[in-house]
Amino acid sequence: MRFILRRLWFYVVAAFVAITINFIIPRLMPGNPLEAYLGKNQGSAVLTHSALCAIAEQLNTTYQHCGHKQPGIFVQYWDYLVNLAHLNLGVSATYDTTVAHEIALTLPWTAALVGFSTILAFALGTLIGIVAAWRRGGATDGSLPALSFFQGIPYFFLALLLQEIFTVHWHFLPSTGGDSTSVVVGMNWPFIASALEHSILPAATLVLASMAGWSVGMRNVMLTTISEEYVLAAQAKGLSTRRVVWTYAARNAILPNIAGFANALGLAVSGVLIMELVFSYPGIGNTLYQAVTGEDYPLLQGIFLVISLSVLAANFIADGVYVILDPRTRRRAAD
Amino acid sequence: MINTLTDPPADSTAANALKVDLPSAKYSIFKRIWATYKNTPFKFKLGLAIIVFFVLLSVIGPFVAPYNPNANITSSAGVNLAPSATHLLGTDSTGEDVLSQVLIGTGPTILLGLITGVIATSFSVIVGLLAGYYGGIADEIISLFTNVFLVIPALPLLIVLVAFIQGGNITMALVLSVLGWPWGARVIRAQTMSLRNQDFVAAAKETGESSLRIMLVEILPKLVSIIASSFIFTVLYAIAASVGLMYLGLGDVNSITLGGMLFNASNQSAFILNEYWWYLPPGLIIAVFGMGLVLLNYGLDEIGNPRLRDASKRQKIGKRNIRPSDPTPVLALLNRQVGLFGRISKLPFEEEAGKNKSKKHSLYGRA
Repeated sequence: MRFILRRLWFYVVAAFVAITINFIIPRLMPGNPLEAYLGKNQGSAVLTHSALCAIAEQLNTTYQHCGHKQPGIFVQYWDYLVNLAHLNLGVSATYDTTVAHEIALTLPWTAALVGFSTILAFALGTLIGIVAAWRRGGATDGSLPALSFFQGIPYFFLALLLQEIFTVHWHFLPSTGGDSTSVVVGMNWPFIASALEHSILPAATLVLASMAGWSVGMRNVMLTTISEEYVLAAQAKGLSTRRVVWTYAARNAILPNIAGFANALGLAVSGVLIMELVFSYPGIGNTLYQAVTGEDYPLLQGIFLVISLSVLAANFIADGVYVILDPRTRRRAAD
Repeated sequence: MINTLTDPPADSTAANALKVDLPSAKYSIFKRIWATYKNTPFKFKLGLAIIVFFVLLSVIGPFVAPYNPNANITSSAGVNLAPSATHLLGTDSTGEDVLSQVLIGTGPTILLGLITGVIATSFSVIVGLLAGYYGGIADEIISLFTNVFLVIPALPLLIVLVAFIQGGNITMALVLSVLGWPWGARVIRAQTMSLRNQDFVAAAKETGESSLRIMLVEILPKLVSIIASSFIFTVLYAIAASVGLMYLGLGDVNSITLGGMLFNASNQSAFILNEYWWYLPPGLIIAVFGMGLVLLNYGLDEIGNPRLRDASKRQKIGKRNIRPSDPTPVLALLNRQVGLFGRISKLPFEEEAGKNKSKKHSLYGRA
């Protein structure tokens, strides 16, 4: 428990840093959110002075002609934190809705895709690693270097290749989008089936690209673990191979893989953000791209914050799993 | 037995008695090179070969490129040509020769990765060494900072930074370096911390070496393999990130780089029109170069960890794999030597193993 609390403290600090970075970045950037909004909506000519001021207010920005005064940086920071506490992320200039609404619309797509594919890649990769290590020098082990091709390939290029093969050549799977246009979004079977069908290629890309890292990591630790004397003792006792592999060797060899989850998740999220563009997937990566090209600061800020916090939360869960699997962390914290 | 500490060899006979015949003295230089080559892990050799190939390609590429990569052929006859004898890799939508673009564009792409790798790794070495060696409150702050940067996903931040700090490839390398150092710093810090408490550092302190000297001369050489692996991963990250950002249209997409080529190819619907000669070469070069880096890193792992190295040399008794640490490796050796002179007789345990021969050795079955 002490360990969990210490980690929680770390994640609170990390979240605070993410929030602060999020506050600083737009202020380092050229331009003004109001100008961006007006440029996007082309309506500046017909807007009255008071309407302009109202928009400025809504965008949480200042406009000198309205008699607004730029408050001090710390006041701005405090206002920003208060707004955040009320889940008020501002208004998107591109989509003309609140940022929170836009994120609520797109985040589930990405979260489901990344969550499912990362766990699948972890499970498959670890399994391959276990087999490769147990039958070292065998066929599985020998094919691991070939898997490193997928480790070196950029996510989006693999995505483009799969799209080319399965949709342009074979018309096998839908090429873009998150669901078919003919279904109604909601908890109904046609929608779920369509969403699943559309997510096969993005998920396959993610699994293929990230599986190799897990396999090799697992194999290397597992080889070291297999040479431990307690594994030998377990075999000498006459335990079944299945028992030795799973509950003696793999059980302990998996720990570094789980500890490496943080790094891998960050990479997966980064990869997915670009990959979504390839598949025009209705996730948060696509929206982020729209926000960047449209210089939509509130949306940009909101998305960056939500992605950072989601990754932090996922890492916290991974830490919890680690504590459950490794009793040493509990004992060390208790000392 | 001469105690070398208290009784230094006074005369030449004693010195001769201590002299050990090093195996290296017996063999010619060629044999030793061959032996080193043979003992180097295959993954390391393959990875190195791939990297050397592409580095050479990018160095000589600009001199052998058959066309000016920017020479637009405005007449529609030269546009989107499939590979042919005049254009080995065809032309793109503006009539530019793809082969020439690839030959010239590989260099900047790899160079950007290497520059980022050098800057970021130097920074992580400095931070990791200082934090790990001195410890204390500075270390707490630095390690908190690196950990925070590790868990915050880099790409959204990169997209935002590169989109607004407009600049060329050097700017991009700098931005990538700023976000690329924490991973290496964390690993180097951890290793420095464990080395700091070892006897040789205590001995160096005792003899009055300065902290700077201890860090640079005593500790740094022992970090080489970690630094190399961190450098390799930083280069891999930098190339993947820069190409990804360019694919998004961020950065200098008009400069001839592999990322810029992919951006243009996808912008001109090369994927939908199935113009494979345009999009495959840059993508495959990135993928294979990345594969070379990954393999090199695996090779380094094997060099550093004998248990991994031995795994590739499978030794079998009957149907059973022998672990490097198993208590009777002699039997495995014996088995092999018997093979040289013909089988003399079966050893008792081989009889046992022979009975199980029909049973396939499986993960689940009893070994």
